[in-house]
Amino acid sequence: MARIMKITLFIPCFVDSFYPQVGISMVRILERLGHRVEFPEDLTCCGQPGFNSGCWTEARLVAEKVLRRLRDTEVVVIASGSCGAMVKNYYPELFAGTPLEKDARALSARTYEFSQFLVDRLGVTDVGACFNARVTYHDGCHSLREMNIRDAPRRLLAQVKGLELVEMKQVVCCGFGGTFSAKFPMISTAMGEVKCASAAETGADYIVSSDSSCLMHIQGLLDRQGKTMRTIHLAELLARS
Amino acid sequence: MNTSAHQFHEQATRLSHDLRHRALIQTALEKYEVKRDEKKAVFQDWQGARQRAAEIKWEAVNHLDAYLVDFARKLEGRGTKVHWAENGEQAREIIVGIARAKGARALIKSKSMTSEEIHLNESLEQSGVSVVESDLGEYIVQLRGEAPYHIVFPAMHLTRDEISDLFTRKLGTPPTKSPEELTMIARRVLRQKYIQADIGLTGANFAVAETGMISITENEGNSRLTSALPKTMITLLGIEKIVPQLADLALFLPMLATVGAGQLISGYNTLYGGPRQPGEFDGPEEFHVVLLDNQRTVLMSDPEQRDALHCIRCGACLNACPVYRNIGGHTYGTAYSGPIGSVITPHLRGLLEWKHLSYASSLCGACTEACPVQVQLHHHLLQNRRNVNRQKPVWWEKLAFRAFAVLANSPGLWRLAQKAGRLAQKAHPLIKGGALDPARPWTQSRDLPPLAKETFRDYWRKRR
Repeated sequence: MARIMKITLFIPCFVDSFYPQVGISMVRILERLGHRVEFPEDLTCCGQPGFNSGCWTEARLVAEKVLRRLRDTEVVVIASGSCGAMVKNYYPELFAGTPLEKDARALSARTYEFSQFLVDRLGVTDVGACFNARVTYHDGCHSLREMNIRDAPRRLLAQVKGLELVEMKQVVCCGFGGTFSAKFPMISTAMGEVKCASAAETGADYIVSSDSSCLMHIQGLLDRQGKTMRTIHLAELLARS
Repeated sequence: MNTSAHQFHEQATRLSHDLRHRALIQTALEKYEVKRDEKKAVFQDWQGARQRAAEIKWEAVNHLDAYLVDFARKLEGRGTKVHWAENGEQAREIIVGIARAKGARALIKSKSMTSEEIHLNESLEQSGVSVVESDLGEYIVQLRGEAPYHIVFPAMHLTRDEISDLFTRKLGTPPTKSPEELTMIARRVLRQKYIQADIGLTGANFAVAETGMISITENEGNSRLTSALPKTMITLLGIEKIVPQLADLALFLPMLATVGAGQLISGYNTLYGGPRQPGEFDGPEEFHVVLLDNQRTVLMSDPEQRDALHCIRCGACLNACPVYRNIGGHTYGTAYSGPIGSVITPHLRGLLEWKHLSYASSLCGACTEACPVQVQLHHHLLQNRRNVNRQKPVWWEKLAFRAFAVLANSPGLWRLAQKAGRLAQKAHPLIKGGALDPARPWTQSRDLPPLAKETFRDYWRKRR
């Protein structure tokens, strides 16, 4: 057994509010692996909404608290590739030239998305999960292109008993894009429809992803259109036994 | 909302719902993707090639002053007249001036996005010079009175039937479904135009500083005819087209063909170094090269986004962009559409007028990944958004994010807001999707998940 780690879990605002099961599943899996999990209750958001809207000053108000609060942590695991990209890639830019730049860089170096943490840091691919279904995996764009996470979730899925993974032909954005989905709902919806069609082609029962925000968008479209395909977060799936 | 933004919203709304358009573009680009990936695989190390290409363009752009002078001097040495245009207006005046001096009545053009950028055709027509586009796709959109739909595939939004109908209407030719026949119709018309033209005008893919040469890459041979048959040749290009050395083309020509059209190399690759030299029996008698700045030096002065000048106009970012694929090229209302257009148009034509383009992106990064010269496209969209807020903040947005910061930083208030949200959501079905629904932009087309009865925070507290 590897050394016991003290893992600080960062649960983003929408996971806390809409998908607590995702966070709970992460706690269970990490504890089952023998690690200690702590959760800073006073952290709610990484500041990405303001940052992506161009309001960097306002984003800093939120991000600064995150930086200070996570200063003395060993590793930070974020329950979203998108928020992970914010902390890992964009905090150093957001705080560039400020006294907090050093903190931002240090935090960036010890921040992981959940699947990345399991596979790349802990070297774990089999968490003893069982899930009898055909699934397809949706790469959240920030996981894929900002965090360079491609193989980790697939390696985890490959070890799940009863699971069959069918890849989509196209690797494409689901159209969520945060405030983009409200500012340009027509484009966002069209993109989501393309995504859903691509997933439906695989004949999968479930769309799995490491980003609840993408899944909220995809599920929202599926529900509205009365489709039977379901979405599930990777962590929730991995917690099933 | 300004006019450009308004038009963007209107057209984006129309085309987002247009399933025929969506299928047409998807199908066309899926075929392109297969060919592109085949050719990319021929490169020993595609990522290494991208890195090298970015380094070469970085060198060119960061020492543009020296390279441009070198380039011009070499061209002038062989009798080319080099013109420097600070903006579109000057470039138009120079070109219209040449046409006047030559008493020209007809001009034939090969593909040039830079001429679209400065609206050259309109100026020439107004001065009594007829302009004919000789690139097949460009010719088709010209007959329709449209701008090019795509940097590389100007008529990709049209089906064969639509093109056949257009030819029947405009040229009086019988309808046909065969692409070969359609091409032959255009060829017959265009061959006459080359012979009648007094001036041939081309764009440029690269400008080689070392040898003072214009590099043009094409598949139809139309650019060669445009430059070879008329007595006067004009080449219009942006100053960022410079590459330092001739050997650089050994990388850029196959790279452009690969990501631009899924080809290993384009059908015709030509270098132009000057007008007809003594003892030569063909080529134009006069050769003019018009170098256009038009805000490129302003973009160059922005250290964050200077790499946007690396762009080789291959269209790869358009092809990869899920926004472009759903709303199409015309929606952007600019010469350069897609991600690169969204990045540079605010620099070329005004940040506040064109800011909406930088927001109309999910920031998925497919463009940055596709770009052969490593322009950090989606990152620049983020920077444009920040610059908008620096230049002219939207007060209610600032206020909203300030309020959000207060909420996010006070756990008590946060919990209260979550509780209020749960209550509000109970009443939500009454107004869902309607005019009174504050979540309408979302709920019009998508369902919202219910707020959890027990949040993660609640779970954690109980656990402790």
